[in-house]
Order: sequence, then C-alpha cells, then structure tokens
Amino acid sequence: MVRITHWLTFLAVIALLVTGAEILISHPRFYWGEVGNVNTRPLIVLPIPASRDTVPTGYRYVMPDQNGWSRSLHFEAAWVAVLTGLLYVTYGFFSGHFRRSLLPRPQDWSWRAYRNRIAKYFHGSRSDHAEELSYNVLQQTAYLIVIFVLFPLIIWTGLAMSPSFTSAFPASAALLGGRQSARTIHFVISCLLLLFLLVHVTMIALSGFRSRMRAMITGSSRRSEEGE
Amino acid sequence: MNPISRRKMIYGGVAAVAGVSGLAVADRLAKRYGLIPPDGGGIFGPGETLTYACQRLLTARTPAREFARNMISKAPFANAVEPPTDQFKRLQAGGFRDWRLVVDGTVARPLVLSLADLKSLPIHSQITEVACEEGWSYIAEWIGTPLSVVLREAGVLPQSRYVVYYGVEKWAWESIDLADAMHPHTLLTVGMNDGDLPVPFGGPLRLRVPRQLGYKSLKYLHHITVTDDIKKFGKGLGSIDPEGGYSWYAGI
Repeated sequence: MVRITHWLTFLAVIALLVTGAEILISHPRFYWGEVGNVNTRPLIVLPIPASRDTVPTGYRYVMPDQNGWSRSLHFEAAWVAVLTGLLYVTYGFFSGHFRRSLLPRPQDWSWRAYRNRIAKYFHGSRSDHAEELSYNVLQQTAYLIVIFVLFPLIIWTGLAMSPSFTSAFPASAALLGGRQSARTIHFVISCLLLLFLLVHVTMIALSGFRSRMRAMITGSSRRSEEGE
Repeated sequence: MNPISRRKMIYGGVAAVAGVSGLAVADRLAKRYGLIPPDGGGIFGPGETLTYACQRLLTARTPAREFARNMISKAPFANAVEPPTDQFKRLQAGGFRDWRLVVDGTVARPLVLSLADLKSLPIHSQITEVACEEGWSYIAEWIGTPLSVVLREAGVLPQSRYVVYYGVEKWAWESIDLADAMHPHTLLTVGMNDGDLPVPFGGPLRLRVPRQLGYKSLKYLHHITVTDDIKKFGKGLGSIDPEGGYSWYAGI
C-alpha cells in the first residue's frame, strides 16, 4: 500500500509541478493580501518572461501559452494526489506504518540526535546497519513535515484560490490573508516540495539508485533477501 | 520478491470489483442529478466531473464572497479585449441607446430589453472580486439586475438545464447551469463603482458570475438563450472554453 500510493503520488506531483509552472508563467508576479494585478505592487516578481503579453516583464519575448490543458491536468492530478493521500494517511494510521517507521524513536527526541545525524552526513560515513532498513531521524522529520504540513497546506492554499469553494468557506481564504496570499503561499510550498523531491532523489542516487528503486517497486531489499 | 498470498489476491479482487461497480453506480447517480459537466468526456473528464460534482453538492447555493467598500481596488485591471467592430462603434456612438439584450430559448415569454429597460428593474449592487485564471484579481462594486429576475420575467420552462449567453460577436459564447444562472449574485451588470460600466470592463452590459473565474463573466452581453440541450451549441462542450482547452466549469 505504501509503495502503490508512493508511485501514484510521484506521478501526480510531477504532473502538478510541471503544470503548476506552466500556469505560473502566465502571471509570474506574486502579491500579498486579497487582490493583485499588473496595476498593484507585487511582493515577488520572477525574472522570467510571461506567456501573456499583458504582463510587463521587461522581456520582449512572450512564451507560448499552455494554460488550457495545464489547468485541466493540474486539477485532475490534484484529485489523484488528494485521494491517494487520504488512502495513504488512513492506511498509515491504522496499520501502524507512521508509528513504526516515521515517528522518531524516543531516544531521538533531542537536538543532539539531529546534530549527530547531520555530522554523520558531513563526515560521509556510511549508514549503519539499523539505518539501512529504516529511516534516520532526519528522514523521519522530513517525511512527517511533507506529509502532515506541506501537503495539507498546499491543498488548503489551492482550495483558497477557488472562487466557488471560498463561497462556501470564506474563512479558507481570509485566514491566509486573502486570495493572493494563498497563491503566494501555494507557490512557496510548491518550491519546498520541489526541494524535497530533489534531495529525496539525490539521496536515493547516493545510496544506490538501482537497489533503492528495486526496493520501492518490489518491496524487497537485497539485504533482507540474504537473510540478514 | 515475496509471493503474493492468496488472501491478498482475494482482497485485491474484491476491492477491484467493488471499485468498478462503485464507479458505475456513481456514474448513474451523477447523470441523474446533473453532476456531469458538458465537457465531462476525454482524458480530463474524470477531473472535471469530480470537481463539478463536488462543487454542485457543496456550493449550489452558497453566496459569493463580498467585500467591504474600502477594499475596492483603486486601479482595477481591465485585461486586453479584441478591437471593437464597426457595429460596436456605431452602438457606442449612439450612447448604447440601441443596445438590446435578447432572451429566448426554452422560456414562456421571449424578451428584448434595452439598457433603459434593464435599469428600470430592481437594481442590486455587490462588491465582489474578479479572479482571472492567469492568477491576478481585483475587487469592484458591480451594479445591475440579477439574471434570475430577468429569467423569472421570461418564465424558464421546466425542462431547461443551461443558460447560454453570447457577446456582441457571436464567436464569444459561454454557458452556466441553472444553479449559477438563478444565483442571486449572478448579475446583469450595467454599472461599476458608481458609474456606467466602462467599455474596457465589458460595458455597456456584462454578465458577472462571481463564483467562477473571470472568463465566465462575459463582456458585451447581447443574447441569452435558455436551453434543455447544451449539445446543440458549438461543439457541444458547453462554451468556447473547452474548445480552446479550458474548463467549462470555472468555479474550480
């Protein structure tokens, strides 16, 4: 179940990141508060050309506009991510997956545990045997933040941009400071998720891409097969 | 690899059968209660349908977000529009006195209304946000008559399902379902921020649909057709949006 939901989420997140970037370039400016447009002062301006000629970017070049299918795919992939996420979280609680694998062990509830693990990365020392088959405290923290902070926030900020959803739940936008704040936070969190994805893939590459991929696809690692 | 146990296979089979039959039942129910959008086919159909069905169950009657007067945008952005046609320029030169709104289709009493006729109906004002699919937005006060007032005047026949609406140029057309058409915030807008609706913002007449993205708020509204069969219009996808790759339902 963890593996199926992992790969569904992977596909959905890739689609969301690509289409999200595509939607973003139609207006690569961010604002704080309820409203924002080319006549208001932006909070962040990305130094890229836009896909619409109504946005002043300083570039003469207007990128091709791919918003139509990008939006449709973005929302469809969001449904896949949300439904898969619900399945995973429900399973995670009831099966003990979160308690067993993601909750840091009692002896790791200290800053020292984090410091030690970070030092270990810097020294380039290999994972000890216990870590090979489970997650260390940094990994556990990263996964818990992604699952229980970043994903819920990106869903919330996404919904807060829906003019119909906010008609039923106006607080969903108001609590964030307004529609444009929601859009800005949505962007920042998607950057954090992209960062997580890049680090995640780098770690897999460093620890042996093929064996890790085999483990995540088939559910077995060579060491456990060897009866260690 | 661990061999897949018999128990797992049975569970998997039961789950698959339950899933497929569940989908079939959901499809039947969705069709019966009008939860499938006109563009509910194709590869993006499942996403469009899930969104539209959830929104209809959740937000069929919820009021649009309204804002305080001090939140009205000082510099609203009108967005680019096509250059006006000669017909539009003639109407504009005449102060839009000859502008007509035609209401026909599955109604008991088709109507032809001038702007003066519209202004003689009960006038409402609302301070709502225009949110463009590109990401930008502004807040303005919009003044006019709820579409529902005119539709009641015309007498919507019971078989009606959608309201199709055209701009002064026939290629620009949209449609909304009856839940949005009869919604009190769906406004035949003739004024903006205490003045006449400026031409760049869709004047003399724009349909404001504040619970959907800006592109459903069609500028230069000219013709409304109530229908029981949306498939008869254009490519049968509900509006020009899906023909250009965009969602018909823009409440997201």
